[in-house]
Amino acid sequence: MNAIEASHLIKRFGSVTAVNDVSLTVCEGEIFGFLGPNGTGKTTTMRQLTGVLTPDSGAVRINGIDIHRHPLEAKMQMGVIPENSTVYGDLSAEQNLSLSGQMYGMPRADRDKRIDEFFSRMGLSEKRKLPVRGFSKGMKQRVSIACAIIHRPPLLLLDEPTSGLDVQSRRLVIDTIRDMNEQGSTIFLTTHNIEEANTLCQTVCILNKGKIVAQDSPERLKKMFNTTQSVEVSFDRPVTRDLFAAEGILRAESCGDKWKIFTDNPDQVLKYLVGRAERESITITSLTTSGPSLEEAFVRITECA
Amino acid sequence: MEIPLALRGIIVITRKNMRLYYTKPPVLMFGLLFPLFMFFAFFVGRKLDLVTFFPAFLAMMLFFTASSVGPLITPWEKREKTYERLLSYPVTQDSIILGDVVAGAVFGIGISLLVWIASLFFIPVAITSIGLFALAFILGTLSCAALGALLASPASDSPPNVIIFSNLIRFPLIFISGIFVPLTQMQGPGLALAFCSPLTYLVDLFNAAMSGTSVFSPAVDCCMLAGISVVFILAARLIQTRNLVKGL
Repeated sequence: MNAIEASHLIKRFGSVTAVNDVSLTVCEGEIFGFLGPNGTGKTTTMRQLTGVLTPDSGAVRINGIDIHRHPLEAKMQMGVIPENSTVYGDLSAEQNLSLSGQMYGMPRADRDKRIDEFFSRMGLSEKRKLPVRGFSKGMKQRVSIACAIIHRPPLLLLDEPTSGLDVQSRRLVIDTIRDMNEQGSTIFLTTHNIEEANTLCQTVCILNKGKIVAQDSPERLKKMFNTTQSVEVSFDRPVTRDLFAAEGILRAESCGDKWKIFTDNPDQVLKYLVGRAERESITITSLTTSGPSLEEAFVRITECA
Repeated sequence: MEIPLALRGIIVITRKNMRLYYTKPPVLMFGLLFPLFMFFAFFVGRKLDLVTFFPAFLAMMLFFTASSVGPLITPWEKREKTYERLLSYPVTQDSIILGDVVAGAVFGIGISLLVWIASLFFIPVAITSIGLFALAFILGTLSCAALGALLASPASDSPPNVIIFSNLIRFPLIFISGIFVPLTQMQGPGLALAFCSPLTYLVDLFNAAMSGTSVFSPAVDCCMLAGISVVFILAARLIQTRNLVKGL
């Protein structure tokens, strides 16, 4: 059985069609990445999948249950971390988790056991009785995730879960996603972070202007644009973009103290760079080549559509 | 399976609302202090028969307490960004509205009962019909709490704006509902307006329960309060569904 089956979802707000005939299937046990530029309908789609919004047409089934006909039974199957949503600041972390457990109908003993597990794992044991209002963003997000998975849902939907988090909190979130997946949960992940999607997801779906423009495994998506590779180079002194105006170079992007050069002929570019550096007495401090990236595929797909 | 889940959702939401919102300053100010100040302003120091006016005062107290919680909850949750998470739990918007109504009703019953019990020490108020008195409490708190939920419906994530709006609606009602001027002394447009106010039927029902005199039959008062509660809840549902996305 598929964890999520969405068919022909359409959602309009006035004259704007935010989601235009979106159909997707998320297989049980997979990590599914949902990508797209800002304002493209990702959150609206996710809200329809979680039953927060009712689509103008189309249907959503969660583990075979139609969420708009049987919202409560379908919602029992999932844990949700909405974008920008937080937990109750006036309640303590423990009270927030307890409230969440009550919402999912967990017996008190199970709830208390699970809450203890979370606090020892999240490193928040000392703060469990304190109001969440005083927590950092990363700590709030940890509590938020704990609230969503307290009932061990077979399906976890996360909307931008790592956005704005520090490295430690981000890693904890990623580890939690991986752990949940290893324990059998299906993960639906909306993210802007292409690298995150690349390393975590078995399937990636790209949404643009309310429509799905690509859906496949990250590796297959990269191969769609196999002609484009990149060369990363850094020099001992700053150089200008003019240096990269040469045959075979499609695009050059400054990345900190390095330049990333996109090309369909890395051999030609490497020879050009070495020769040019020698002529201008510039020392190359690092030089690497890499295959097509998911980011490149994402940019190309969303530009084409 | 859906009905037990829905009932559980209403109970959990009610408990959450009681824990989070009963002690919020706007609830204490406009639900507790304001009706007391109104009582002092209109009844204390004047040669009024407090026993005669007590049913009206009790109705006013119940009206303000029960309708003060509802307007705060949804705008507060939208501002704090907890509303979408709430919607994604195994609850429906109906459960959320009913949870808000029940929380308002419990607050109204609790505070008004306390006021009534405390008043017994100072004012010799009698009850001619315990059943009607209990019915007045239940239907009164339900209709006033439903009004509170309806007042929370405007698309706003700013609690102060909604509180101001709710007070603009609530304050005029106390002047046209037979609290300060008995219904029997009202005439013309004033009386016509009084018929439109849910508070009128609550005051009348308390009069019937406590002094045995009322303008309408208690059955009419009960039907009106029950009908008004249903209309308010359905209207709140309709408007909140339309405004659901705004402020998420």
